[in-house]
Amino acid sequence: MDRVRQQTERLSRLFRDAGAVPVETSVLQPADTLLDLYGEDIRARAYVTSDPVLGEQMLRPDFTVPVVQRHMEEGAEPARYTYQGLVFRKQEAGTGRASEYTQVGYEVFDRTDPSGADAEVFALFAKALEGVALDAFTGDIGILTAAVAGLSTTERRRSALLRHLWRPVRFRALLERFSLPATRLVPQLVSDVPEIGLRSSAEVDARLAALREDAQTAPLDATELHALQAILEISDVAPNALANLRKIAGDLPAISGALDQLEARLSALASRGVDVDRLNFSGAYGRTTMEYYDGFVFGFHADAQVPVATGGRYDALTRVLGQGREIPAVGGVIRPELLETLT
Amino acid sequence: MIKLGIPSKGRLMEDTFAWFSKRGVTLARTGSDREYAAEVSGVEGVSLVLLSAGEIPRELATGRIHLGVTGTDMVREKIPLWSEKISPLAEMGFGHADLIIAVPNFWSDVETVGDLDAVAAAFRKDHGFRLRIATKYHRLVREYLQKQGVADYQLVDSQGATEGTVANLTAEAIADITSTGATLEANHLRMLSDGPILASQATLFASKVADWADCDLASLTRVLGLENPDIGECR
Repeated sequence: MDRVRQQTERLSRLFRDAGAVPVETSVLQPADTLLDLYGEDIRARAYVTSDPVLGEQMLRPDFTVPVVQRHMEEGAEPARYTYQGLVFRKQEAGTGRASEYTQVGYEVFDRTDPSGADAEVFALFAKALEGVALDAFTGDIGILTAAVAGLSTTERRRSALLRHLWRPVRFRALLERFSLPATRLVPQLVSDVPEIGLRSSAEVDARLAALREDAQTAPLDATELHALQAILEISDVAPNALANLRKIAGDLPAISGALDQLEARLSALASRGVDVDRLNFSGAYGRTTMEYYDGFVFGFHADAQVPVATGGRYDALTRVLGQGREIPAVGGVIRPELLETLT
Repeated sequence: MIKLGIPSKGRLMEDTFAWFSKRGVTLARTGSDREYAAEVSGVEGVSLVLLSAGEIPRELATGRIHLGVTGTDMVREKIPLWSEKISPLAEMGFGHADLIIAVPNFWSDVETVGDLDAVAAAFRKDHGFRLRIATKYHRLVREYLQKQGVADYQLVDSQGATEGTVANLTAEAIADITSTGATLEANHLRMLSDGPILASQATLFASKVADWADCDLASLTRVLGLENPDIGECR
């Protein structure tokens, strides 16, 4: 226990030395914000409790949300924060994973140099974890988003895919459906059945019209579809991955901007001493586990499934929590209990 | 002595009595109609415990009863890692019920769970909150919708009269047990075409965690014509 505490203190000091201001957040967080962000799935992951005055509360499942909220309310820019404390996650029975564990985190809010901020966080984490037998993995959700946004199909189909970027099952089902000629016979609005509930017949009618329009839409372009799948299959050292992605961009030019950012990030990483020639990059990394990340993503893994450290960029989250305002943000957490089992 | 837990009232109890009686084991209530006592004849070493059907899964999982009759749906909803604690001995062929998702019948744009997902996205945009699904089977429904990759919904608790929640404007869709579908139809609801979340029926379960010392399960399963289950140290 003492060693975990020492480890926590060591990481916290490292983050403070890097210029981060220590912040604290409440353990009890209003459930509605988290539910709004994560959806019903969070109920299966977070402990929910209720207060007669405050209403439904959750034991904090992470620090990111309260730290972002706090920054949006009172923070000056640019800002760097660090925090340490327990987070609480319900685990599936039988997995043996901890349902209460420490996170030590580092978050950067800076709008001047996104690639530099990405590199700063990753390099700092690499330094914090130096000498531990861990493999670093990186990815970039921004490339996937750009790829989907660049498909030459209807806006409706693009946003349906974007909405499910983080849910591979539904994403694949949508891709399959959009790749084939539509066969669905769209029914008419029925008039002999009573209209019940809050959803009106106008809403039903609007969707029927959308379905009819969708039935006229041509299948996804086979070349673009292939390019999208090729992005998801990429898993290589970063320079090779970038070279392959540049080739894919020949078929899907919309990803070029995101690739420029990846290239800028790689040189920023190199200039901070990260050996990018040996850094893993996977096109699908971070797609299933980290819903709010929307750009650079990374994780440090031992053999065990649960990563010792994870992080990434979450610009969109600040937009949602900032009610109209936004600030590019990147950060990550280290789990000292897991780290301690490896040293 | 093997403790056998069965539902204490109604159709489920009668069907359970009939199932055992057909196999030469007579279960009967003793005393007055209101007294929860019962006896067993036709086999030695079995005592009856009359319980509310909803409590039987938990009693099996804690090992306070050795055998119990309840629905698959109850076991899966109430007992995490149920298969480590409870083993099904026999499906009994009655109490059939499917856990299904149903939407208003006039939603002619919705056939599948994929449609429901698309509607949930639009509904949230139009109404400012997530599409509500009323149910008492929170765990099973959430796991199912998560596996199907459905987003933008919320579960609202409904412990009874769930089919009425849509007309009462407290939910947009429901997830509930149905056997014939008549109640759904009467409430102008229709189930999704993907098939049920779970097909349930009354099942005789054995507890793997109960103390089976001084229990002669082999005799009972022989009389009932069942396979001996794998419940660890059982003799």
